[in-house]
Amino acid sequence: MADLRKIAPLGTAVLLLAGCRQDMHNQPRFKPLAKSDFYTDLRSARPPVEGTVARGDLRADSYLYSGMIPGSDTPGEYMPFPVNEEVLARGRERFNIYCTPCHSRLGDGNGIVPTRGFARKPPSFHIDRLRKAPLGHFFDIITHGFGIMPDYAAQIAPKDRWAIVAYIRALQLSQNASADQIPRGQAMPSPMPKFRGDPGSGATLPESAAPSKAQPEEPK
Amino acid sequence: MAQIFHRSTNTISRATIFGAVFIVAFLFWAAAQVQRSPYVTYAGVVRPQPVPFSHQHHVAGLGIDCRYCHTSVEESRFAGIPPTKTCMNCHAQVWTKASLLEPVRESLRTDKSLVWTRVNDLPDFVYFDHSIHIHKGVGCDTCHGPVDRMPMMYNYGSLLMEWCLNCHRAPEKNLRPREQVFNMRYQQPSSDNPVLLDGRSFSDQDSLGTYLVTKYKVRTVADITSCDTCHR
Ligand code: HEC
Ligand code: HEC
Ligand code: HEC
Ligand code: HEC
Ligand code: HEC
Ligand code: HEC
Repeated sequence: MADLRKIAPLGTAVLLLAGCRQDMHNQPRFKPLAKSDFYTDLRSARPPVEGTVARGDLRADSYLYSGMIPGSDTPGEYMPFPVNEEVLARGRERFNIYCTPCHSRLGDGNGIVPTRGFARKPPSFHIDRLRKAPLGHFFDIITHGFGIMPDYAAQIAPKDRWAIVAYIRALQLSQNASADQIPRGQAMPSPMPKFRGDPGSGATLPESAAPSKAQPEEPK
Repeated sequence: MAQIFHRSTNTISRATIFGAVFIVAFLFWAAAQVQRSPYVTYAGVVRPQPVPFSHQHHVAGLGIDCRYCHTSVEESRFAGIPPTKTCMNCHAQVWTKASLLEPVRESLRTDKSLVWTRVNDLPDFVYFDHSIHIHKGVGCDTCHGPVDRMPMMYNYGSLLMEWCLNCHRAPEKNLRPREQVFNMRYQQPSSDNPVLLDGRSFSDQDSLGTYLVTKYKVRTVADITSCDTCHR
């Protein structure tokens, strides 16, 4: 009987300590980008076996993936899919995320990062040479980089790269428009927009403020 | 035999029996507080990192969007931590001699991964998905706090189950227009500072939240608080 009394607290302690094991918290499976002791490079993310074709990534349409006219090395001057407002909006969003740090929102090459010590500034997209450059040239630069500009193949999917290309063309048009191309009734120069709160950060455009306080409340 | 205890101790012992209820209650309360404290949840605690990467500097200072580095946050469960190549996009040109960045350059040279310390880490038996939260209009800063003012990353929420449920029980209190998800300085609408959306002006979170719940087809509370949403 005395033995049992001695063992009981020990048993309780063992049971309680068992509750401290974190087996279910840290399960022995691969989580994204987690470390693995199994492979010599310690990465759980494995490169696909050479020749693997991921679903939806057959690359049968070589123009979509290279920007070069099939069977040649000349960049093409057409889009691999039709451009509509949605594509342009997507292009604008992606451009503002990936290109503005260096090329600025306007595409004039005055982004903030190159001013902190780049060997040279990116060129403006509005110079004659780049306005005449075919669409495929821009696609190629995003995919392979150019001079000291890094490539963006890993960060931007091919379709989005094309959307950016379409948006650059729109930017070029917008920066080189003449007075008679402005829609009738639009004031010139248009008044400064008003913003809500702080200008925000990153690619999020500042929210525009309500035009005036006298706005009708929304119906309840 | 003489009494060992004086009569007055009767009152004390009665008081103690009564008091024990409070002592036990206090112990439970203390345990609950410890469970929610930063000692256990690590909320607000900065973890050592191989490179003192500053979100404040890169996000607020340089205006880089979250998606430049956390590329998969919109499409997948996992937000993604940038590979060394992403840092080198800029640091091949900028601060090329800084000793702070030596681990980054070494990682590029030797093809060994940088080993960041995880900051937000849910237990593995919990299922979490970034993309759905982004698409239904939950801002990064609602969960991660003012990232653009963090010289070093820390976790803002406790990541306890009650923290998730607080929002899942009333998601409309935290929803915002989808375009504003990446805006770290978003302010909820007020009558001085209304939010414009779809040609309407919203001057309080109640009306905006209700509108967004319908617009983004947010599922019912019963649906997103059922256990198998997060434990599957
Ligand atoms: C890290 C800064 C940086 C980012 C981000 C960046 N670029 Fe560049 N870009 C440069 C620099 C620097 C040059 C000039 C390269 C040179 O002259 O060596 C350049 C040049 C260019 C050129 C001109 C090529 C020519 O024919 O002269 C194009 C087009 C271009 N970039 C497009 C883009 C697009 C599209 C994006 C977004 C996906 C982008 N860049 C993002 C830095 C950047
Ligand atoms: C220049 C690249 C870059 C940008 C831009 C960036 N991050 Fe990060 N982020 C990182 C790196 C590298 C880490 C890992 C190191 C760390 O935890 O500090 C990280 C870590 C994090 C973590 C913690 C991850 C963990 O371990 O749990 C969160 C949360 C986060 N970032 C949110 C954001 C948000 C929100 C934004 C946009 C406002 C943003 N990041 C923009 C590079 C970036
Ligand atoms: C889009 C360009 C860009 C990217 C991508 C980028 N950085 Fe930077 N980073 C900069 C610039 C520019 C500075 C210097 C700012 C200055 O001089 O004011 C800087 C400064 C730094 C510093 C100096 C200390 C500080 O914060 O003041 C560190 C450390 C650093 N970066 C780490 C990283 C790491 C790690 C990554 C990859 C996750 C990264 N950076 C990605 C542009 C970038
Ligand atoms: C609903 C709350 C919530 C929102 C909104 C949210 N996160 Fe997270 N985030 C988390 C949680 C929880 C984790 C920890 C996930 C885990 O441990 O599996 C996390 C982890 C991360 C990580 C670490 C890597 C990973 O995916 O585990 C990064 C980076 C990150 N978040 C960035 C972001 C960015 C950028 C945004 C905005 C676009 C964002 N988060 C929005 C809750 C959120
Ligand atoms: C600030 C609000 C908020 C917080 C905090 C939050 N969520 Fe959510 N969560 C939502 C909303 C809104 C939805 C969308 C519901 C729907 O599908 O309509 C959602 C949906 C989900 C889903 C459903 C995904 C699917 O594919 O079915 C999961 C899982 C989830 N959340 C897990 C979590 C976990 C785990 C946490 C805590 C770490 C958390 N959430 C914290 C707002 C939040
Ligand atoms: C919104 C997401 C969400 C829902 C819904 C949810 N949980 Fe959880 N649960 C969590 C998270 C996150 C944790 C991890 C908390 C922590 O880190 O300690 C957790 C932890 C737990 C734990 C603790 C496990 C441990 O070892 O600490 C139990 C038990 C649990 N949940 C049961 C339930 C039950 C039962 C339900 C249904 C009534 C439920 N959960 C619904 C997110 C959720």
